Amino acid sequence: MKQIENVSRRGFLKKLGISSTALVLGVQLPSMLTIPKALAGVSTSDKFSPNVYIQIGTDNIVSIVVHRSEMGQGIRTSIPMIVADELGADWEKIAVVQGLGDKKYGSQNTDGSRSVRRFYQPLREAGASARMMLQQAAAQQWQVDVGETSALNNSIVHEKTGRQLSFGSLVATASTLALPAQSNLILKAKKDFNLIGKSDVALVDGEKIATGATTFGFDVELANMQYAVIARPPVLGAKVKSFNADAAKAIAGVVDVIQMPDLVEPAVFKALGGVAVIAKNTWAAIKGREALEIQWQESEHQRYNSDSYKQALATSCDNPAKVLRSKGDVNKALSEAEQVLKASYYVPELIHVPMEPPAATAHFHDGVFDIWACTQTPQSAQSTVAQITGVAVDKINVNVTLLGGGFGRKSKPDFIVEAAILSKQLQRPIKVMWTREDEIQNGYYHAVSYQKLAAGLNKNGDVTAWQHHVAEPPIGSTFSKGAELIGSEADLGLIDMPYDIANVSCAVGKAPAHTRIGWMRSVTNINHAFALCSFVDELAHAKGLDSKANLLAMLGADRKLDFSTEQAQYGNYGETLEKFPVDTARMKAVIEKVSVMAKWGRTLPKGRGLGIAMHRSFVSYVACVVEVFENNDGKIKVSDVWMAVDCGLAVNPERIRSQMEGAAIFGLSLTFFSELTAKAGVIEQSNFDSYQVARYADAPTTHVEIIESDAPPGGVGEPGVPPIAPAICNAIFNATGKRYRELPLNQYNIV
Amino acid sequence: MITLTVNGKAHQFNDDGDMPLLWALRDILKYTGTKYGCGKGLCGACTVHVDGQPIRSCVTPVSAIATQKITTIEGLSEQGDHVVQQAWKNLNVPQCGYCQSGQIMSAAALLARKANPNDADIEQAMSGNICRCGTYQRIKQAIHLAADLATEVKGS
Repeated sequence: MKQIENVSRRGFLKKLGISSTALVLGVQLPSMLTIPKALAGVSTSDKFSPNVYIQIGTDNIVSIVVHRSEMGQGIRTSIPMIVADELGADWEKIAVVQGLGDKKYGSQNTDGSRSVRRFYQPLREAGASARMMLQQAAAQQWQVDVGETSALNNSIVHEKTGRQLSFGSLVATASTLALPAQSNLILKAKKDFNLIGKSDVALVDGEKIATGATTFGFDVELANMQYAVIARPPVLGAKVKSFNADAAKAIAGVVDVIQMPDLVEPAVFKALGGVAVIAKNTWAAIKGREALEIQWQESEHQRYNSDSYKQALATSCDNPAKVLRSKGDVNKALSEAEQVLKASYYVPELIHVPMEPPAATAHFHDGVFDIWACTQTPQSAQSTVAQITGVAVDKINVNVTLLGGGFGRKSKPDFIVEAAILSKQLQRPIKVMWTREDEIQNGYYHAVSYQKLAAGLNKNGDVTAWQHHVAEPPIGSTFSKGAELIGSEADLGLIDMPYDIANVSCAVGKAPAHTRIGWMRSVTNINHAFALCSFVDELAHAKGLDSKANLLAMLGADRKLDFSTEQAQYGNYGETLEKFPVDTARMKAVIEKVSVMAKWGRTLPKGRGLGIAMHRSFVSYVACVVEVFENNDGKIKVSDVWMAVDCGLAVNPERIRSQMEGAAIFGLSLTFFSELTAKAGVIEQSNFDSYQVARYADAPTTHVEIIESDAPPGGVGEPGVPPIAPAICNAIFNATGKRYRELPLNQYNIV
Repeated sequence: MITLTVNGKAHQFNDDGDMPLLWALRDILKYTGTKYGCGKGLCGACTVHVDGQPIRSCVTPVSAIATQKITTIEGLSEQGDHVVQQAWKNLNVPQCGYCQSGQIMSAAALLARKANPNDADIEQAMSGNICRCGTYQRIKQAIHLAADLATEVKGS
């Protein structure tokens, strides 16, 4: 972990911001709009701030900084649980403070299912360090051995005599003490946890959400603020040739029309270009934009048509440019196989559609940017705004609001850059809002993919060869124009194929990008796991084996996999294999668990079927069983989803369950409904009528069980998604005998 | 000039009468609890009550409201303790929370119309509200719980 610094004596907390509507249990703290930036000035005798995450006042309130973004995963509850537990804080006397963008917190890039995974230990150490200093302060006062004291409910207790001192009363003394060395920190034993691992902790923001009192990116209101919507290029890279703003300016409420700087690829997180309409309210801005007449220049990406692009991807799979994992001799094994099974899978381009589209408010004044945004990544917002506007990073304050969903869209701060550019030019607060159409048509997309798999079986039905070829435009193209080969995306369900097969080849073909390609929840695990887990199921049927029995058989002996022995450079989500192994025993355990939950193997009436899939991603293991049935009219419905998850130690089981329930719906949406298509470079879908997601009637009952584990905490937000699509299609096969290899399923009129 | 009555309070509205109620509430009157999600009446995030009926404020022009009474999430209950709000908190329904004001307003309208809805009633009444986080299952449970709570309140 980063060394904990005693900032209380160094005024380090100058920027510790109660910058967002802080939850407050028991006290009312200033709201975001009255105190835009800072609070907690230099630590004095009435503030004990032993590290950047904790501040305790003489009022006995423990402020806990949440430095990661809340987008529905529950991090504003989970981080305080970790810190408060280790500190011995009273849950009713904590104030949750959203951290400003600042690298002193460590990474704030809230994606990759990393918040608890990366910060569980540092946050516990932060809590333990504060607790030990408070214990020492109390022990000094009582003239007793510090070992005789403990922390409970915002007090230090002397166990022998029952004396107590509140945290607040110890602030002055504790602030003068030296920080304990990291090696001397004493962390609580698991049996003593009173918050970590408990399921009865209410959501920190639950009350405010239920009363409409929360502040999302769209909700920010500043004095003298104006509202902006932007007409962005319909095709990536198309520049404005000319425009006429007369009609737009004639609309009541429209204040200004401003041309944005043209985009020069690579897109990175730059503004896309186009023409902005500034108005006194959103409606006037939207109407003004409709009234703009814009001529666009041609773009090289106009040649992007989904139909022909799909064919090109299929061809590219036949001519892979790079082998990323190789074991044995696949070609020889395939040629010698008794039976060769081949299948191709297609997943279209997808988009996040968080219920809140991107929105950012920027106020440039006195050489300083104050920014409020629903961002997953305040630090890269700072650095990108700095780069583009020339304002120094330390003069850019990024306040993170609640995010109305993120799913990876809001880890790209392009919309914040737009607000910053406009505010700097207009010298007033500007809120840039993306409409739903903007979000769908000008997004960072989940890459369309084509995959071809081949497997060889011997006389006994054992799989002797595994060949997996993938073509999909790379995320790298967003950062390096012209990149055509995926990089780390291959670590997400392609080269980490876990089955015990003697000859393996995983390879990728070239695919040029014509839209901005980005991360979307679970990223390429979605399509890779769809192909992988479907194909394994197809192998089960080819062998005449039960699907679950086949999974266990193909996993082979319990072992920890190391793909480096097969010429693969496996990133393991940035973690070491020592700490987070690829463990087939844990894979089997979730398969066994979910099979019990779903009563796998039971006899089902005609038209009903179960499907199973298991996938490890973000260093966690999820197996799911899906039950589907076919209606009289031939339509498929998912009735139940059972999910067994091993994410290591479960910090916030209640939110783990909710993430799995949500993942089932996210997975179902892309399996049944969601598809983007491009024609002449333009995305053809524009709103929830043409880009559909699951609604109430589609929602199954999802049953979740968490494997008890003392392993380090793994990812939670994303690992539930990948096994859903293949489990659904495997279930449909068992129910109907029909195998679907291309998503979404609504193209077959079965949903 | 139009007089808009929101949560029992009268507001003078002097802007374009074609402006959807959503933007009048949010930008002009500063009731930001009502959310934008699609602008086309497709997702339900903007649901408010007009004379007790749930409507999509993003496609309802201010001029169509006339003298009818508007209730937003902020005015659903004085203390934030409407049975639907209680049930939502009790079951930790929200994930990101953005769509939930619309969900809660649709659910409250359903319960006002039908005290004990079954799953099919819920699916129908709530079909216009999207939750991308996927909280549908808990919302169904919460509506049943709210119905029970309401019965208890009446019975006690």
